[in-house]
Amino acid sequence: MRALAVALLLLAGSPALAEPPPPPDVPLADAQLEAKAKALMGELRCLTCQNQSIADSNAGQAQAMRVEVRERIASGDSPDEVRAFFVERYGDWVSFVPPAREDTALLWAAPLLFLTVGALLVARRFRR
Amino acid sequence: MSWTTRALWLLPLLLFTGLVVLMAQNLGKPQQAVVRSHMVGKPAPAMALEGVAGVPGLATADLKAGTPVLVNLFASWCLPCAVEAPQLKALQARGVTLYGIAVRDQPADVEGFLAKHGNPFGRIGLDPGGRMMIGFGASGVPETYVIDGRGVVRYQHLGEIRAEHVPMLLAELEKAK
Amino acid sequence: MIPELGHFALWLAAAAALLQAVGVTIGLWRNDEGLMRLAVPSALVQALMTVAAFGALTWAFVVSDFSVKLVATNSHSMKPDMYLWTGVWANHEGSLLLWVLVMALSGAMVALAPATLGPRFRDRVLSVQAMVALGFFAFLLIASNPFERLVPAPTEGQGLNPLLQDPGLAFHPPLLYIGYVGLSVAFAFAVAGMLEDKVGPAWAKATRPWVAGAWAFLTMGIALGSFWAYYELGWGGWWFWDPVENAALMPWLAGTALLHSIAVVMKRDALRAWTLLLAVAAFSLSMMGTFIVRSGLLTSVHAFAVDPTRGLFLMGLMALYIGGALTIYALAAGRVAEGRQFALVSRESALVANNLFMSAMLGVVLVGTLYPMALEASGGAQISVGPPYFNRTVLPMLLVAAILMAVAPFLGWRKSATGHLASRLLPAGIAAAAVVVIAVWPLGVREIGSLLGFGAAAWLGVASLSILVKRGLTLNAAGMALAHFGVAVSILGATASGALQREALVTMRVGEAIEMGPWRAELMDVRPVAGSNWTAIEATLDVRRNGAPVAVLKPQSRVFVAPPQETTEAGRAGWRTGELYSVIGKPDGTGRWQVHFWVKPLVRLIWIGGLLMALGGVLALGGKVRAGARRRSAVAEGALPLPQAA
Repeated sequence: MRALAVALLLLAGSPALAEPPPPPDVPLADAQLEAKAKALMGELRCLTCQNQSIADSNAGQAQAMRVEVRERIASGDSPDEVRAFFVERYGDWVSFVPPAREDTALLWAAPLLFLTVGALLVARRFRR
Repeated sequence: MSWTTRALWLLPLLLFTGLVVLMAQNLGKPQQAVVRSHMVGKPAPAMALEGVAGVPGLATADLKAGTPVLVNLFASWCLPCAVEAPQLKALQARGVTLYGIAVRDQPADVEGFLAKHGNPFGRIGLDPGGRMMIGFGASGVPETYVIDGRGVVRYQHLGEIRAEHVPMLLAELEKAK
Repeated sequence: MIPELGHFALWLAAAAALLQAVGVTIGLWRNDEGLMRLAVPSALVQALMTVAAFGALTWAFVVSDFSVKLVATNSHSMKPDMYLWTGVWANHEGSLLLWVLVMALSGAMVALAPATLGPRFRDRVLSVQAMVALGFFAFLLIASNPFERLVPAPTEGQGLNPLLQDPGLAFHPPLLYIGYVGLSVAFAFAVAGMLEDKVGPAWAKATRPWVAGAWAFLTMGIALGSFWAYYELGWGGWWFWDPVENAALMPWLAGTALLHSIAVVMKRDALRAWTLLLAVAAFSLSMMGTFIVRSGLLTSVHAFAVDPTRGLFLMGLMALYIGGALTIYALAAGRVAEGRQFALVSRESALVANNLFMSAMLGVVLVGTLYPMALEASGGAQISVGPPYFNRTVLPMLLVAAILMAVAPFLGWRKSATGHLASRLLPAGIAAAAVVVIAVWPLGVREIGSLLGFGAAAWLGVASLSILVKRGLTLNAAGMALAHFGVAVSILGATASGALQREALVTMRVGEAIEMGPWRAELMDVRPVAGSNWTAIEATLDVRRNGAPVAVLKPQSRVFVAPPQETTEAGRAGWRTGELYSVIGKPDGTGRWQVHFWVKPLVRLIWIGGLLMALGGVLALGGKVRAGARRRSAVAEGALPLPQAA
């Protein structure tokens, strides 16, 4: 453990050890496809950030993911197909849209559930 | 007073108790989620990467040669990658086939890195765009993957390999045979 | 020496709170007038000593006394003067001290305000409030001592997070805390109301100004926080449905519901139990929000001091107070009747509808925020619940609520006639139709959600204005109309800035320009600049519309020295009520720079609307005081008619 700390200390001194800045984004030429890609980027979660979408992150990997999104959208994939591509590799966590499944039924039902239960409680208050 | 009315008055307390239990369970867990790759059990991503520093490049066929291999995602700019270099050497000494993928890196930087820390890799694929990280479902560097002889990902190791991880990786390689 | 005096003052304040909590409670229990009489003076001493402690810590920050650990770890002598002051609350211990300061000051205000429900009730409120304060004093003194010394003292401090070196820090946390902690008065009134069996119209009337005041501050705090995130984070967004934002939104939703339901208790003596629950919930959610934020339980994008090790203490406090209040609530079953029933078309049923939607939104935000944690804890999948979920669930409810909101003020109490509604709402209907038509053509908006947003904003805005322009309006009714109008303004800003936004992301050389419809932004210059404790790359963008110069934007990419960190400073300029927004990115290595440029029409209306809402809350506060003085007898009967718009 101590050796590791010393190694880290020595290495931290060398100037080469900083992640290179990611290359600038190159938007798609087709404005409609770019809009689709942008919308999807806002719904994919950056892996190395604190609760940021890849659209809002300066991290290198977010940049790599943006390139991947743009390429796949440009090659004709639908946003949902591209999303599925990332979910296949990183699981549901990578998408800010929770999946519609049994284990998220309560989540998606929450609005209707609260409104219905609330309405039932309120109904008792009305004069007949 | 009916029991339903009484239950309604009690409900907020019960819900809150549940909430406290949930929070107590999660208190002290690390804030940053560890996102594991979902590629374990699936074929490794297709690749045809150029070599670097005189080491041959890496392609999908190299991962289907019949024996399990370790694929190590690293970068010259990554601090823990330098820290794990001795462990990679040790694995190489035990006869493990190691392939590297240099993530978001330049050839000259990779050369410098290998000159400084040694080269344990039989093949190195240069991945300037960092696309292979997405392919493997990796969330950072370094990460190390056990690939079986048929090119299927069998195990993911997150972060740097420390001395205590070496036997574990050898066991995973054995399992993948 | 001064830090030690501050520490001592904090102990004295805690002692006063102890006396106020335990002594007065015993006095109330044994009906001992002498002990009960301690409530007011101890509340005042508590406030005075807390002010002294806060002053001492501020002094340590301002003179950069690095022998105080908190100053050494969170400040730096090179920091601009303003942030020496605001740095006091930009950390865990200091912000908690601010929390108890607000709590002690609001206690003092209760002590000094006229005791409309009698001295015994006031003393009960003060004892409940002191119990809550006591826990936070204990937390400060035992687990988070802000005055801890560092031996040997370092010669320089570690600095303040650069994201926090911003004027936003001066106002956002104090406003938010006044809102959060102000709700503790409503909490204390609710608990005291249950313990003293006083819940009714007079109780509602006494509680309402505290709710309105806290709500106004909370609204301002949230609006300012949103504006701060908008210009500081540098992605052009203003609301991210981040856990920290949700933590502030939940007490606001509860407070909004409370503000409306308490009117029903006041006028019609109905919804008592529900209103009590909301009063307890509003402050409970404030505490829970603070706990979630402090403990690092959920991952957030916003910069704040996280300390999981102290989470357990905070959670214990929270469980004690919220659990205690909810136990008292459960035990009050049967003693507090819900009150009268009411007719389907009436002012009170409209207020109930408001409560239904506010509570449902609150429930959805709570479930959405905690669901990933609950699912993972129960061995399920790792999921993310982000903006798409909240936008799809909360926004439709918000739109329906906004549409109903326009109608509600035109309804009368008890049982409302409906004949006048059509003519009253005709202008609003025409405005809504007109705005939707304008949005479709010439603006070219096609998305149904945006069109509904435009329509709802116009509908609610014009309906609220038509109340506002009526003569002979009380301050209270004007406040309501203004707050509703503010909601419409915010909805318009949010819809327009999204639907009509133009955006370009270009890698360009100096001398090149971005062309976007009538807009042209030319990159004039990129050069290094230096500030007091940072250096930056600054771009100069000359923005023109149809050839006429509009603004010169200067986005920066800053590098701070202490602590070393990079931040982006958006280059912004106002254009009508919208904004031009630009960010300078990385160079590509061949002399070109990445430039992100947005035109966001009407975006400022989002925060202007928030300020209007807060102003409405303040007006309603004043109006209540005046109306109360004039017609006290009518209120006592619970039959004071709210001045009708009809």
